[in-house]
Amino acid sequence: MIANTPDPSAIQAQSLSVYYGDFRALKEVNLSIPQKKVTAIIGPSGCGKSTALRSFNRMNELVPTAHITGEILFMGQNIYASDVDPVEVRRRVGMVFQKPNPFPKSIYENVAWGARLNGFRGGVGHPSMDEWVEQCLHKAALWDEVKDKLHQSGLSLSGGQQQRLCIARAIAVKPEIILMDEPASALDPIATLKIEELMRELAEEYTIIVVTHNMQQAARVSDYTAFFTMDEDRAGILVEYGATNQIFTNPKDSRTEGYITGRYG
Amino acid sequence: MMNPGLTPVFEPSIPQRNRRAAFWRLLFRLSTVVGIVFLFLLLVNIVNQSFGYVAMETRVDPATLAVNGVPLEELEKEDLIDVLQANVSAGKFRQLEREQPLAERSRDEIYALVWEDVVQPDIASTWLLTDSLFRQGAVRAEAAEKYPQAHLVFRSWLNASILQKPQSSEPLNAGVRTAILGSLWTIGITIFVAFPLGVGAAIYLEEYAVDNWVNRLLQTNINNLAGVPSIIYGMLGLAIFVRLLEPITSGAAFSLSDPTTANGRTILSAGLTLALLVLPLIIINAQEAIRAVPNSLRQASYGLGATRWQTIWHHVLPSAIPGILTGAILAISRAIGETAPLVVVGAATYITFDPSGPFSKFTTLPIQIYQWTARPQAEFRNLAAAAILVLLILLLSLNAFAIVLRNRYSKK
Amino acid sequence: MTNHLPAKETPAASQLRRRHRPGERIIQGFLFFCGAFSILTTLGIVYEIGKEALLFFRSPEVNLWKFFTGVKWQPQIGEFGILPLVNATLTTTFFAMLIALPLGLCVAIYLSEYASARLRGWLKPILELLAGIPTVVYGYFALTFMTPLLRTIFGKDVVGIYNTASAGLVMGILILPLIASMSEDALSAVPRSLREAAYGLGATKLETAVKIVLPAALSGLAAALIVGISRAIGETMIVALAAGAGPNFTFNPFKAAETMTGHIVRISGGDLSYDSLDYNSLFAIGILLFFATLVLNIISQRIVRRFREVYE
Repeated sequence: MIANTPDPSAIQAQSLSVYYGDFRALKEVNLSIPQKKVTAIIGPSGCGKSTALRSFNRMNELVPTAHITGEILFMGQNIYASDVDPVEVRRRVGMVFQKPNPFPKSIYENVAWGARLNGFRGGVGHPSMDEWVEQCLHKAALWDEVKDKLHQSGLSLSGGQQQRLCIARAIAVKPEIILMDEPASALDPIATLKIEELMRELAEEYTIIVVTHNMQQAARVSDYTAFFTMDEDRAGILVEYGATNQIFTNPKDSRTEGYITGRYG
Repeated sequence: MMNPGLTPVFEPSIPQRNRRAAFWRLLFRLSTVVGIVFLFLLLVNIVNQSFGYVAMETRVDPATLAVNGVPLEELEKEDLIDVLQANVSAGKFRQLEREQPLAERSRDEIYALVWEDVVQPDIASTWLLTDSLFRQGAVRAEAAEKYPQAHLVFRSWLNASILQKPQSSEPLNAGVRTAILGSLWTIGITIFVAFPLGVGAAIYLEEYAVDNWVNRLLQTNINNLAGVPSIIYGMLGLAIFVRLLEPITSGAAFSLSDPTTANGRTILSAGLTLALLVLPLIIINAQEAIRAVPNSLRQASYGLGATRWQTIWHHVLPSAIPGILTGAILAISRAIGETAPLVVVGAATYITFDPSGPFSKFTTLPIQIYQWTARPQAEFRNLAAAAILVLLILLLSLNAFAIVLRNRYSKK
Repeated sequence: MTNHLPAKETPAASQLRRRHRPGERIIQGFLFFCGAFSILTTLGIVYEIGKEALLFFRSPEVNLWKFFTGVKWQPQIGEFGILPLVNATLTTTFFAMLIALPLGLCVAIYLSEYASARLRGWLKPILELLAGIPTVVYGYFALTFMTPLLRTIFGKDVVGIYNTASAGLVMGILILPLIASMSEDALSAVPRSLREAAYGLGATKLETAVKIVLPAALSGLAAALIVGISRAIGETMIVALAAGAGPNFTFNPFKAAETMTGHIVRISGGDLSYDSLDYNSLFAIGILLFFATLVLNIISQRIVRRFREVYE
């Protein structure tokens, strides 16, 4: 079964299993993520949410013992095929991490670095690097706060600002999908609110997949929600996937209902 | 000014970037290999010098010394004494007799005397192990041409006799016995002084010291001392132990001074100098070991009403001692290899008798290596290589011991 | 009826009072002495070596200006210009860093960014082994391997039997493990999250290592470099054996020249009468050496401490 949505798909997991050594962290996940929507992945801790997220841009490979079975289809191609370069995958599927992790460089450089790395070309009809950095910072709702200190260190910003800088950095390489791994969990409520507003805005242009342990957040920002939990082998499984409204108001699976109503997890 | 509608173009040129990445990856790996190759070369070079052919010339051909058809090496003691008497000057013979009556000496000793004073072997040339193994023909031809009188023998410079014999000006008779004993005496004193002081300092800094300027100064000072070049310690040792404390280090203050020294250039001075040198290392290593002891252990002990010292003695030290010992062994192996400070403190250039105590003149294994290496003759280089092997084997076994110690206790 | 008066001290309460523990006191005093002992070492170095150096500088035969600018060091004719010694020290140090810095850095990057934990477990002890070999053995290696090698490559007329290049290059091998292990510590201290951020933007392993991790660890790497230089300046046995005997003001690395440390070792190893100007001059060189390495070490420790603060 492939959990489907009415919207066209951006990326699709097909019977995806992820192993760390002998341990199966994720079991037979089938999931189709819609384009230009916010999809939330929720579930109790240890259920493989982050593992699933990280397999969408092959970040799992950085763990030496990790390997996968199954496929992830992005633009019709399996990103784990032997002729696919993880570097190219990661440019097109960007990522924002749990803790803000700006580079110890200037604000400007934080945004420009990835773009330059990926062969950014300015010139007639295209933005210059300065314009592009400004545009990305605008989109990340950070421009007004940093426009006068672009050459200060990215580390000098507050936590919420740092996280928005990381979002600006991620969109500066023009990805099609942005993965967000609990992007607001280290932030205060006001900064969290800003990030959530930003997600909604970004969804006009990008496909967003967000892992969160905060159910209210999932309900507030996402169009679709996938609920993961652990089976008896402690492997993560996808329990239910559908429109956020439906998942939160009328879950089909009793485990989803139990989690949503706070009976466990 | 800004047109938000414009989008940039990306030319990631990934194949090119991947090629560059692969190239550098290879370079990084190669560098690591080069580091290991250096180690390999260093060892091969030393082994290469420690074994190989030597062209041996003798003043008297041993074959001519046969008595009634019995070859020299099978002669009885009495015949050997006759050979000796017939071939050395009367004065030399009397001198040997005076040192110890020949009749009282063993047959092997007499045999050695005949070799040393009658046959008088001498090395005309030496070859490397690689040449001796892979270019045997060329070596033989060269030896036959240049040294027709000599005969070619394969010699292991590292042999039992090098360990038993004292220093000598004859490369064939030279050994490292005095040097090894000197090293052992010196290191003994170093350990005796530096270990308790170092561990004590580490305990103070980790368990007692509060964060104030005095203790910060102590810590900074120790870190800085660890980086002071060893030769500076040699100069300190020269100024303080050899000169200022001469009455003590020469033993004169205890009327124990060695008749051969009677100045401060003694084993005691050398050991104390090395103690100062390794003290910061021992302290820093011991501090790390003590810091690794979990705080819960201390709290449990205090909770039972133990005093601070009882806690340290009964709980902290027992769990830190493997780490402390490992660190101390590493520091000590550094001291064993030290050369420069001991040259400055005044290692003797040439001693042939065993050290008899802390107030003796001294030489050590590295000093011996230094002196042999500095000589122009190739034979001494071979000797130095053999001595290096002895030193490396000593250090390697110490290090292996430290590793075993660390592994055994880290498993618990 | 309640009694608000302070309770009379019972035997039990008196047991709670601070007890005198002379044993503990004595032990603590002894341990403090151990900790403070190293201060005596420093004072000893500064006072004793400084005293003899002062005797040298005060001597009517010595002119401070000429000491620091003279290009001749010939005590027998009263010439005490330290530049030939300093020059040789800098030459050997330069050659040492030429080997140790790039190689050490590459090894560090390989260990921290590329090698698997298992491989690292093998490689690090080998490097430690290289670092644990006594320097006199390296001196032997310089004289019996590196010098003949250089003479084969560049010609026997060009390269002397004793030369600073050979000593310097072998010194580089000696310092390589030190630089590699300090640099590796610095690189490993860079948080994983920065690497992930770079990978997430589509950076290759090389780009992540060189453009993100390396700059982030820069101060730690600088500290490694400085410690390496300090070590090279103070290194003695390699130069004593391979660089040459006799001060020589030359910029030709294939010629013999004596370094500061080499000079101290050669002169003090010979028959030297105490309280001669010659003897005192060694201490003048020594105190210079001490302060040079001290300053370098302090700078590097400062850098390392600041670097740690950034990531902790």
